[in-house]
Amino acid sequence: MRPVAKKPVKADQRRYQRLVQEREPRPPRLRNACAAFLSGGAVCVLGQALTDFYQAVLGLDRQAAGNPAIATLIFLGALLTGLGYFDKLARFAGAGLAVPVTGFANAVTSSALEFKREGLVFGIGSKMFMLAGSVITFGVVTAFFVGLVAAVIHR
Amino acid sequence: MSQAVAAPGTRRLGRQSVAFARPPVILGTGAVVGPMENQGPLAGSFDHAYPDLLAGQESFEQAEREMMLNACRTALQKAGVTPDQVDFFLAGDLLNQLITSSFTAAELGIPYLGIYGACATSAQGLALAAMLIDGGYARRVLVACSSHNGTAERQYRYPVEYGSQRKPYAQWTVTGAGAAVVASPDLGSGPRITHATLGKVMDLGIKDPYNQGAAMAPAAADTIRQHLLDLGCRPEDYDLIATGDLARFGKEMAAELLARDGGLDLGDRHVDCGMLIYDLDRQKVHAGGSGCACSAVVTYGHLLRRMAAGELRRLLLVATGALLSPTSCQQGDSIPAVAHGVVIER
Repeated sequence: MRPVAKKPVKADQRRYQRLVQEREPRPPRLRNACAAFLSGGAVCVLGQALTDFYQAVLGLDRQAAGNPAIATLIFLGALLTGLGYFDKLARFAGAGLAVPVTGFANAVTSSALEFKREGLVFGIGSKMFMLAGSVITFGVVTAFFVGLVAAVIHR
Repeated sequence: MSQAVAAPGTRRLGRQSVAFARPPVILGTGAVVGPMENQGPLAGSFDHAYPDLLAGQESFEQAEREMMLNACRTALQKAGVTPDQVDFFLAGDLLNQLITSSFTAAELGIPYLGIYGACATSAQGLALAAMLIDGGYARRVLVACSSHNGTAERQYRYPVEYGSQRKPYAQWTVTGAGAAVVASPDLGSGPRITHATLGKVMDLGIKDPYNQGAAMAPAAADTIRQHLLDLGCRPEDYDLIATGDLARFGKEMAAELLARDGGLDLGDRHVDCGMLIYDLDRQKVHAGGSGCACSAVVTYGHLLRRMAAGELRRLLLVATGALLSPTSCQQGDSIPAVAHGVVIER
Protein backbone atom coordinates (compact mmCIF):
# COMPACT_ATOMS: atom_id res chain seq x y z
CA MET A 1 0.00 0.00 0.00
CA ARG A 2 1.22 3.46 -0.88
CA PRO A 3 1.64 5.70 2.14
CA VAL A 4 -0.74 8.65 2.20
CA ALA A 5 1.02 11.90 1.44
CA LYS A 6 1.24 14.13 4.50
CA LYS A 7 -0.73 17.34 4.19
CA PRO A 8 1.52 20.37 4.44
CA VAL A 9 0.86 22.44 7.55
CA LYS A 10 -0.28 25.90 6.56
CA ALA A 11 0.82 29.10 8.27
CA ASP A 12 -2.59 29.81 9.80
CA GLN A 13 -2.75 26.24 11.11
CA ARG A 14 0.64 26.60 12.75
CA ARG A 15 -0.34 29.95 14.25
CA TYR A 16 -3.59 28.57 15.68
CA GLN A 17 -1.97 25.43 17.06
CA ARG A 18 0.59 27.59 18.85
CA LEU A 19 -2.19 29.73 20.32
CA VAL A 20 -4.07 26.65 21.55
CA GLN A 21 -0.92 25.17 23.05
CA GLU A 22 -0.19 28.38 24.91
CA ARG A 23 -3.67 28.83 26.28
CA GLU A 24 -5.04 25.36 26.92
CA PRO A 25 -5.59 24.65 30.60
CA ARG A 26 -2.95 22.33 32.04
CA PRO A 27 -3.83 19.26 34.10
CA PRO A 28 -2.89 19.69 37.78
CA ARG A 29 0.26 17.56 37.54
CA LEU A 30 1.45 17.92 41.13
CA ARG A 31 -1.97 17.07 42.53
CA ASN A 32 -2.26 14.10 40.14
CA ALA A 33 1.20 12.84 41.07
CA CYS A 34 0.43 13.07 44.80
CA ALA A 35 -2.92 11.30 44.35
CA ALA A 36 -1.26 8.58 42.28
CA PHE A 37 1.51 8.15 44.87
CA LEU A 38 -0.93 7.81 47.75
CA SER A 39 -3.49 5.60 46.02
CA GLY A 40 -0.88 3.47 44.22
CA GLY A 41 0.91 3.05 47.54
CA ALA A 42 -2.35 2.04 49.22
CA VAL A 43 -2.94 -0.64 46.56
CA CYS A 44 0.59 -1.95 47.17
CA VAL A 45 0.09 -2.01 50.95
CA LEU A 46 -3.13 -3.95 50.42
CA GLY A 47 -1.27 -6.34 48.09
CA GLN A 48 1.43 -6.88 50.72
CA ALA A 49 -1.16 -7.47 53.42
CA LEU A 50 -2.88 -10.04 51.22
CA THR A 51 0.44 -11.76 50.51
CA ASP A 52 1.21 -11.95 54.24
CA PHE A 53 -2.29 -13.24 54.88
CA TYR A 54 -2.04 -16.04 52.30
CA GLN A 55 1.46 -16.91 53.58
CA ALA A 56 0.09 -17.32 57.10
CA VAL A 57 -3.25 -18.95 56.31
CA LEU A 58 -2.44 -21.18 53.35
CA GLY A 59 1.12 -21.92 54.45
CA LEU A 60 2.58 -20.80 51.11
CA ASP A 61 6.06 -19.40 50.66
CA ARG A 62 6.55 -15.72 49.77
CA GLN A 63 6.76 -16.34 46.04
CA ALA A 64 3.69 -18.56 45.82
CA ALA A 65 1.53 -16.35 48.08
CA GLY A 66 1.83 -13.55 45.48
CA ASN A 67 -0.47 -15.36 43.05
CA PRO A 68 -3.64 -15.50 45.19
CA ALA A 69 -2.85 -11.93 46.36
CA ILE A 70 -2.82 -10.67 42.76
CA ALA A 71 -5.97 -12.66 41.98
CA THR A 72 -7.71 -10.98 44.92
CA LEU A 73 -6.70 -7.51 43.70
CA ILE A 74 -7.98 -8.36 40.22
CA PHE A 75 -11.23 -9.55 41.77
CA LEU A 76 -11.58 -6.33 43.78
CA GLY A 77 -10.84 -4.18 40.69
CA ALA A 78 -13.44 -6.08 38.68
CA LEU A 79 -16.00 -5.94 41.50
CA LEU A 80 -15.59 -2.19 41.97
CA THR A 81 -15.92 -1.72 38.19
CA GLY A 82 -19.12 -3.74 38.14
CA LEU A 83 -20.57 -1.81 41.05
CA GLY A 84 -19.73 1.45 39.29
CA TYR A 85 -17.21 2.80 41.81
CA PHE A 86 -13.96 2.21 39.97
CA ASP A 87 -14.29 5.06 37.46
CA LYS A 88 -15.08 7.49 40.26
CA LEU A 89 -12.06 6.35 42.29
CA ALA A 90 -9.82 6.43 39.20
CA ARG A 91 -10.85 9.99 38.44
CA PHE A 92 -9.09 10.91 41.68
CA ALA A 93 -6.33 8.31 41.74
CA GLY A 94 -5.30 8.28 38.06
CA ALA A 95 -2.14 6.25 37.54
CA GLY A 96 -2.34 5.03 41.15
CA LEU A 97 -5.12 2.66 40.14
CA ALA A 98 -4.29 2.29 36.43
CA VAL A 99 -0.70 1.05 36.73
CA PRO A 100 -1.21 -1.77 39.29
CA VAL A 101 -3.07 -4.89 38.23
CA THR A 102 -6.33 -3.17 39.25
CA GLY A 103 -6.09 -1.06 36.06
CA PHE A 104 -5.88 -4.19 33.96
CA ALA A 105 -8.89 -5.67 35.75
CA ASN A 106 -10.86 -2.48 35.12
CA ALA A 107 -9.93 -2.33 31.42
CA VAL A 108 -11.12 -5.92 30.87
CA THR A 109 -14.26 -5.74 33.02
CA SER A 110 -15.44 -2.38 31.73
CA SER A 111 -15.09 -3.57 28.11
CA ALA A 112 -16.91 -6.80 28.89
CA LEU A 113 -19.78 -4.87 30.52
CA GLU A 114 -19.89 -2.34 27.70
CA PHE A 115 -20.33 -4.91 24.94
CA LYS A 116 -22.50 -7.38 26.86
CA ARG A 117 -25.46 -6.52 24.63
CA GLU A 118 -23.59 -7.60 21.52
CA GLY A 119 -23.65 -11.20 22.72
CA LEU A 120 -21.53 -13.69 24.62
CA VAL A 121 -19.15 -14.56 21.77
CA PHE A 122 -18.80 -11.46 19.61
CA GLY A 123 -19.59 -9.01 22.40
CA ILE A 124 -17.97 -10.12 25.64
CA GLY A 125 -15.68 -12.75 24.12
CA SER A 126 -13.99 -10.65 21.48
CA LYS A 127 -14.34 -7.12 22.82
CA MET A 128 -13.29 -7.88 26.40
CA PHE A 129 -9.65 -7.35 25.45
CA MET A 130 -10.29 -4.25 23.36
CA LEU A 131 -8.28 -2.06 25.74
CA ALA A 132 -6.19 -4.68 27.52
CA GLY A 133 -5.22 -6.63 24.40
CA SER A 134 -2.13 -4.58 23.71
CA VAL A 135 -0.89 -5.21 27.27
CA ILE A 136 -1.09 -8.94 26.62
CA THR A 137 0.51 -8.71 23.17
CA PHE A 138 3.47 -6.63 24.27
CA GLY A 139 3.72 -8.53 27.56
CA VAL A 140 4.10 -11.82 25.71
CA VAL A 141 6.54 -10.37 23.16
CA THR A 142 8.66 -8.77 25.90
CA ALA A 143 8.62 -11.95 27.98
CA PHE A 144 9.79 -13.95 24.96
CA PHE A 145 12.79 -11.74 24.32
CA VAL A 146 13.72 -11.43 27.99
CA GLY A 147 13.48 -15.23 28.21
CA LEU A 148 15.72 -15.55 25.17
CA VAL A 149 18.35 -13.23 26.64
CA ALA A 150 18.16 -15.00 30.02
CA ALA A 151 18.60 -18.41 28.35
CA VAL A 152 21.70 -17.23 26.48
CA ILE A 153 23.27 -15.66 29.59
CA HIS A 154 22.62 -18.61 31.90
CA ARG A 155 23.93 -21.26 29.53
CA MET B 1 -29.98 48.74 13.50
CA SER B 2 -28.93 47.76 10.01
CA GLN B 3 -31.74 45.98 8.29
CA ALA B 4 -30.91 43.10 6.04
CA VAL B 5 -33.67 42.43 3.59
CA ALA B 6 -33.06 40.44 0.46
CA ALA B 7 -33.82 42.14 -2.82
CA PRO B 8 -37.17 41.05 -4.27
CA GLY B 9 -36.91 37.71 -5.99
CA THR B 10 -33.64 36.77 -4.32
CA ARG B 11 -33.32 35.07 -1.00
CA ARG B 12 -29.56 34.81 -0.96
CA LEU B 13 -27.47 37.19 1.08
CA GLY B 14 -23.74 37.45 0.53
CA ARG B 15 -21.58 34.38 0.23
CA GLN B 16 -23.11 31.97 2.77
CA SER B 17 -26.43 33.28 4.04
CA VAL B 18 -30.09 33.20 3.12
CA ALA B 19 -32.95 35.45 4.21
CA PHE B 20 -36.37 33.89 4.33
CA ALA B 21 -38.99 35.84 2.39
CA ARG B 22 -41.76 34.69 4.71
CA PRO B 23 -39.97 33.51 7.85
CA PRO B 24 -41.15 30.05 8.96
CA VAL B 25 -42.23 29.70 12.57
CA ILE B 26 -41.41 27.21 15.30
CA LEU B 27 -44.82 25.87 16.31
CA GLY B 28 -43.75 23.60 19.11
CA THR B 29 -40.63 22.12 20.67
CA GLY B 30 -39.67 19.15 22.79
CA ALA B 31 -36.59 18.96 24.99
CA VAL B 32 -35.87 15.85 27.05
CA VAL B 33 -32.70 15.19 29.05
CA GLY B 34 -30.92 12.66 31.23
CA PRO B 35 -30.32 12.91 34.97
CA MET B 36 -27.19 15.09 35.01
CA GLU B 37 -28.63 17.76 32.73
CA ASN B 38 -31.56 18.16 35.08
CA GLN B 39 -29.26 18.69 38.05
CA GLY B 40 -27.56 21.66 36.41
CA PRO B 41 -28.48 25.35 36.31
CA LEU B 42 -31.29 24.70 33.80
CA ALA B 43 -33.03 22.05 35.95
CA GLY B 44 -36.77 22.19 35.44
CA SER B 45 -36.54 23.93 32.03
CA PHE B 46 -37.03 20.71 30.12
CA ASP B 47 -40.19 18.89 29.07
CA HIS B 48 -39.03 15.63 30.57
CA ALA B 49 -36.01 14.42 32.53
CA TYR B 50 -35.16 10.73 32.82
CA PRO B 51 -33.98 9.58 36.25
CA ASP B 52 -31.23 7.38 34.78
CA LEU B 53 -29.25 6.87 31.57
CA LEU B 54 -31.15 3.73 30.57
CA ALA B 55 -34.53 5.48 30.50
CA GLY B 56 -36.32 2.19 31.14
CA GLN B 57 -34.71 0.49 28.12
CA GLU B 58 -32.26 -2.38 27.81
CA SER B 59 -29.35 -0.51 26.27
CA PHE B 60 -28.08 3.05 26.02
CA GLU B 61 -28.75 2.99 22.28
CA GLN B 62 -32.41 2.12 22.88
CA ALA B 63 -32.55 4.78 25.58
CA GLU B 64 -31.36 7.39 23.10
CA ARG B 65 -34.10 6.34 20.65
CA GLU B 66 -36.68 6.57 23.40
CA MET B 67 -35.46 10.08 24.17
CA MET B 68 -35.63 11.25 20.55
CA LEU B 69 -39.08 9.75 20.07
CA ASN B 70 -40.29 11.39 23.28
CA ALA B 71 -38.90 14.78 22.18
CA CYS B 72 -40.60 14.42 18.78
CA ARG B 73 -43.96 13.42 20.26
CA THR B 74 -43.75 16.31 22.73
CA ALA B 75 -42.99 18.81 19.94
CA LEU B 76 -45.85 17.47 17.82
CA GLN B 77 -48.24 17.61 20.74
CA LYS B 78 -47.26 21.16 21.68
CA ALA B 79 -47.61 22.20 18.04
CA GLY B 80 -51.02 20.55 17.98
CA VAL B 81 -50.32 18.43 14.93
CA THR B 82 -50.26 14.73 14.17
CA PRO B 83 -47.44 12.97 12.29
CA ASP B 84 -49.52 12.68 9.11
CA GLN B 85 -49.78 16.48 8.95
CA VAL B 86 -45.98 16.78 8.84
CA ASP B 87 -44.36 16.68 5.40
CA PHE B 88 -40.78 15.81 6.29
CA PHE B 89 -38.75 14.60 9.25
CA LEU B 90 -35.11 15.76 9.34
CA ALA B 91 -33.05 14.22 12.09
CA GLY B 92 -29.49 13.43 13.08
CA ASP B 93 -27.42 12.02 15.90
CA LEU B 94 -23.86 10.93 16.60
CA LEU B 95 -24.16 7.16 16.24
CA ASN B 96 -22.82 5.29 13.24
CA GLN B 97 -25.26 5.35 10.31
CA LEU B 98 -27.62 7.62 12.31
CA ILE B 99 -29.38 4.68 13.92
CA THR B 100 -31.18 6.77 16.54
CA SER B 101 -32.79 8.98 13.90
CA SER B 102 -33.69 6.16 11.55
CA PHE B 103 -35.31 4.01 14.24
CA THR B 104 -37.25 7.04 15.43
CA ALA B 105 -38.34 7.80 11.86
CA ALA B 106 -39.60 4.23 11.58
CA GLU B 107 -41.87 4.85 14.57
CA LEU B 108 -43.16 8.20 13.33
CA GLY B 109 -43.87 7.23 9.74
CA ILE B 110 -43.02 10.69 8.32
CA PRO B 111 -40.93 10.91 5.09
CA TYR B 112 -37.41 11.14 6.43
CA LEU B 113 -33.99 12.54 5.63
CA GLY B 114 -31.12 11.67 7.94
CA ILE B 115 -28.78 14.64 8.36
CA TYR B 116 -25.31 14.72 9.85
CA GLY B 117 -23.47 17.76 11.10
CA ALA B 118 -22.22 16.22 14.35
CA CYS B 119 -23.18 18.67 17.10
CA ALA B 120 -24.11 21.31 14.49
CA THR B 121 -27.09 19.14 13.50
CA SER B 122 -29.60 21.24 15.48
CA ALA B 123 -29.01 24.42 13.45
CA GLN B 124 -28.50 22.43 10.25
CA GLY B 125 -31.97 20.91 10.69
CA LEU B 126 -33.62 24.25 11.46
CA ALA B 127 -31.95 25.90 8.44
CA LEU B 128 -32.95 23.08 6.08
CA ALA B 129 -36.51 22.97 7.43
CA ALA B 130 -36.89 26.72 6.96
CA MET B 131 -35.53 26.48 3.40
CA LEU B 132 -37.92 23.67 2.53
CA ILE B 133 -40.86 25.62 3.90
CA ASP B 134 -39.94 29.03 2.51
CA GLY B 135 -39.18 27.43 -0.84
CA GLY B 136 -42.70 26.06 -0.91
CA TYR B 137 -41.68 22.42 -0.75
CA ALA B 138 -43.19 21.74 2.66
CA ARG B 139 -45.78 23.15 5.02
CA ARG B 140 -44.60 21.55 8.23
CA VAL B 141 -41.25 19.92 8.97
CA LEU B 142 -40.23 18.10 12.14
CA VAL B 143 -36.55 18.42 13.06
CA ALA B 144 -34.78 16.48 15.79
CA CYS B 145 -31.36 15.55 17.09
CA SER B 146 -30.05 13.58 20.03
CA SER B 147 -26.94 12.47 21.87
CA HIS B 148 -26.33 10.18 24.82
CA ASN B 149 -23.33 10.11 27.09
CA GLY B 150 -23.21 6.30 27.22
CA THR B 151 -23.53 5.69 23.48
CA ALA B 152 -21.16 8.48 22.45
CA GLU B 153 -18.45 7.48 24.92
CA ARG B 154 -18.72 3.89 23.73
CA GLN B 155 -18.33 4.87 20.10
CA TYR B 156 -15.74 7.63 20.35
CA ARG B 157 -13.78 6.90 23.50
CA TYR B 158 -13.79 4.36 26.30
CA PRO B 159 -16.32 2.07 28.02
CA VAL B 160 -18.51 3.89 30.53
CA GLU B 161 -16.99 2.17 33.56
CA TYR B 162 -13.39 2.55 32.40
CA GLY B 163 -11.45 4.62 34.90
CA SER B 164 -9.30 7.44 33.61
CA GLN B 165 -8.42 11.02 34.38
CA ARG B 166 -9.86 13.45 31.86
CA LYS B 167 -8.02 16.51 30.62
CA PRO B 168 -9.24 19.86 32.00
CA TYR B 169 -10.45 20.93 28.54
CA ALA B 170 -12.38 17.68 27.94
CA GLN B 171 -16.15 17.98 27.50
CA TRP B 172 -19.07 15.89 28.68
CA THR B 173 -21.55 14.53 26.13
CA VAL B 174 -25.05 15.75 26.93
CA THR B 175 -27.72 13.05 27.25
CA GLY B 176 -31.00 14.11 25.72
CA ALA B 177 -32.91 15.02 22.59
CA GLY B 178 -34.48 18.11 21.13
CA ALA B 179 -37.18 18.39 18.49
CA ALA B 180 -39.11 21.20 16.87
CA VAL B 181 -42.03 21.52 14.47
CA VAL B 182 -41.22 24.24 11.94
CA ALA B 183 -44.12 25.48 9.82
CA SER B 184 -45.19 28.03 7.27
CA PRO B 185 -46.28 31.31 8.95
CA ASP B 186 -49.80 30.70 7.59
CA LEU B 187 -50.21 27.69 9.87
CA GLY B 188 -49.62 29.22 13.26
CA SER B 189 -47.42 31.48 15.29
CA GLY B 190 -44.22 31.19 17.26
CA PRO B 191 -40.59 32.26 17.12
CA ARG B 192 -39.62 33.04 13.50
CA ILE B 193 -36.56 31.74 11.69
CA THR B 194 -35.53 34.76 9.63
CA HIS B 195 -32.03 33.97 8.34
CA ALA B 196 -29.58 31.12 8.10
CA THR B 197 -25.84 31.02 7.49
CA LEU B 198 -24.31 27.71 6.47
CA GLY B 199 -20.72 27.23 7.49
CA LYS B 200 -17.60 26.11 5.69
CA VAL B 201 -15.60 23.21 7.07
CA MET B 202 -12.57 24.56 8.92
CA ASP B 203 -9.58 22.47 9.91
CA LEU B 204 -6.75 24.20 11.67
CA GLY B 205 -4.98 20.96 12.49
CA ILE B 206 -6.16 20.18 16.03
CA LYS B 207 -5.73 16.44 16.55
CA ASP B 208 -6.61 15.88 20.18
CA PRO B 209 -10.15 14.39 20.21
CA TYR B 210 -10.58 15.65 23.77
CA ASN B 211 -9.96 19.19 22.63
CA GLN B 212 -13.09 19.55 20.50
CA GLY B 213 -13.71 23.09 21.71
CA ALA B 214 -10.43 24.24 20.21
CA ALA B 215 -11.12 22.26 17.02
CA MET B 216 -14.55 23.90 16.57
CA ALA B 217 -13.69 27.47 17.62
CA PRO B 218 -12.33 28.50 14.17
CA ALA B 219 -15.54 27.25 12.49
CA ALA B 220 -17.71 29.17 14.97
CA ALA B 221 -15.68 32.35 14.54
CA ASP B 222 -15.76 32.03 10.75
CA THR B 223 -19.53 31.50 10.57
CA ILE B 224 -20.26 34.38 12.97
CA ARG B 225 -17.97 36.73 11.04
CA GLN B 226 -19.45 35.69 7.69
CA HIS B 227 -22.98 35.95 9.02
CA LEU B 228 -22.49 39.54 10.18
CA LEU B 229 -20.82 40.39 6.87
CA ASP B 230 -23.56 38.79 4.74
CA LEU B 231 -26.38 40.44 6.66
CA GLY B 232 -24.55 43.71 7.05
CA CYS B 233 -25.22 43.82 10.76
CA ARG B 234 -23.28 44.07 14.00
CA PRO B 235 -23.16 41.93 17.16
CA GLU B 236 -25.24 44.61 18.91
CA ASP B 237 -28.15 43.77 16.63
CA TYR B 238 -28.56 40.53 18.59
CA ASP B 239 -29.65 40.11 22.16
CA LEU B 240 -27.74 36.87 22.34
CA ILE B 241 -25.28 34.95 20.18
CA ALA B 242 -25.34 31.37 21.41
CA THR B 243 -22.69 28.93 20.24
CA GLY B 244 -23.50 25.23 20.46
CA ASP B 245 -20.86 23.41 22.45
CA LEU B 246 -17.51 25.18 22.39
CA ALA B 247 -17.35 24.95 26.19
CA ARG B 248 -15.05 27.07 28.31
CA PHE B 249 -11.79 26.74 26.41
CA GLY B 250 -13.34 26.73 22.92
CA LYS B 251 -15.35 29.86 23.70
CA GLU B 252 -12.19 31.62 24.78
CA MET B 253 -10.49 30.59 21.53
CA ALA B 254 -13.45 31.73 19.42
CA ALA B 255 -13.42 35.13 21.14
CA GLU B 256 -9.68 35.38 20.47
CA LEU B 257 -10.12 34.55 16.76
CA LEU B 258 -13.05 36.95 16.33
CA ALA B 259 -10.99 39.74 17.89
CA ARG B 260 -7.85 38.92 15.94
CA ASP B 261 -9.27 38.33 12.48
CA GLY B 262 -12.44 40.37 12.48
CA GLY B 263 -11.93 43.01 15.14
CA LEU B 264 -15.16 41.79 16.73
CA ASP B 265 -15.98 41.73 20.40
CA LEU B 266 -19.17 39.88 21.26
CA GLY B 267 -18.75 40.52 24.97
CA ASP B 268 -21.49 39.26 27.26
CA ARG B 269 -23.74 38.70 24.27
CA HIS B 270 -21.83 35.51 23.53
CA VAL B 271 -23.01 32.54 25.54
CA ASP B 272 -22.24 28.90 24.96
CA CYS B 273 -24.90 26.21 25.39
CA GLY B 274 -22.20 23.79 26.63
CA MET B 275 -21.51 26.14 29.53
CA LEU B 276 -25.15 26.95 30.26
CA ILE B 277 -26.31 23.38 30.71
CA TYR B 278 -23.95 22.32 33.49
CA ASP B 279 -22.57 23.87 36.62
CA LEU B 280 -18.94 23.63 35.51
CA ASP B 281 -17.48 23.76 39.00
CA ARG B 282 -19.87 21.49 40.80
CA GLN B 283 -20.72 18.85 38.19
CA LYS B 284 -17.20 17.63 37.25
CA VAL B 285 -17.81 18.04 33.52
CA HIS B 286 -14.51 19.89 33.04
CA ALA B 287 -14.90 22.45 30.23
CA GLY B 288 -18.65 21.90 29.68
CA GLY B 289 -21.18 19.99 27.61
CA SER B 290 -21.04 18.71 24.04
CA GLY B 291 -23.14 16.57 21.72
CA CYS B 292 -26.05 17.17 19.34
CA ALA B 293 -28.49 17.46 22.21
CA CYS B 294 -26.49 20.22 23.90
CA SER B 295 -27.48 23.16 21.69
CA ALA B 296 -30.90 21.62 20.97
CA VAL B 297 -32.14 21.20 24.53
CA VAL B 298 -30.64 24.51 25.68
CA THR B 299 -32.28 26.35 22.76
CA TYR B 300 -35.67 24.64 22.99
CA GLY B 301 -35.78 24.27 26.77
CA HIS B 302 -34.15 27.50 27.86
CA LEU B 303 -33.50 30.15 25.17
CA LEU B 304 -36.89 29.96 23.45
CA ARG B 305 -38.57 30.11 26.85
CA ARG B 306 -36.65 33.29 27.56
CA MET B 307 -37.78 34.57 24.18
CA ALA B 308 -41.41 33.73 24.95
CA ALA B 309 -41.05 35.54 28.26
CA GLY B 310 -39.95 38.63 26.37
CA GLU B 311 -36.34 38.63 27.61
CA LEU B 312 -34.89 37.97 24.17
CA ARG B 313 -36.01 39.45 20.91
CA ARG B 314 -33.37 38.34 18.42
CA LEU B 315 -31.12 35.34 18.83
CA LEU B 316 -28.31 33.99 16.67
CA LEU B 317 -27.80 30.28 17.31
CA VAL B 318 -24.46 29.02 15.99
CA ALA B 319 -24.33 25.25 16.47
CA THR B 320 -20.83 23.81 16.19
CA GLY B 321 -19.87 20.31 15.09
CA ALA B 322 -16.60 18.39 15.24
CA LEU B 323 -16.65 16.14 12.19
CA LEU B 324 -14.30 13.48 13.46
CA SER B 325 -14.75 9.73 13.47
CA PRO B 326 -13.03 7.24 15.78
CA THR B 327 -11.16 5.89 12.74
CA SER B 328 -9.96 9.27 11.49
CA CYS B 329 -8.70 10.12 14.96
CA GLN B 330 -6.88 6.85 15.49
CA GLN B 331 -5.21 7.23 12.10
CA GLY B 332 -3.85 10.57 13.23
CA ASP B 333 -6.03 12.88 11.12
CA SER B 334 -6.89 16.32 12.38
CA ILE B 335 -10.45 17.29 13.31
CA PRO B 336 -12.51 19.16 10.68
CA ALA B 337 -15.30 21.28 12.13
CA VAL B 338 -18.35 23.14 10.91
CA ALA B 339 -20.74 25.72 12.37
CA HIS B 340 -24.18 26.67 11.10
CA GLY B 341 -26.10 29.73 12.20
CA VAL B 342 -29.83 30.49 12.33
CA VAL B 343 -31.47 33.71 13.40
CA ILE B 344 -34.55 33.25 15.58
CA GLU B 345 -36.74 36.27 16.26
CA ARG B 346 -39.76 36.83 18.41
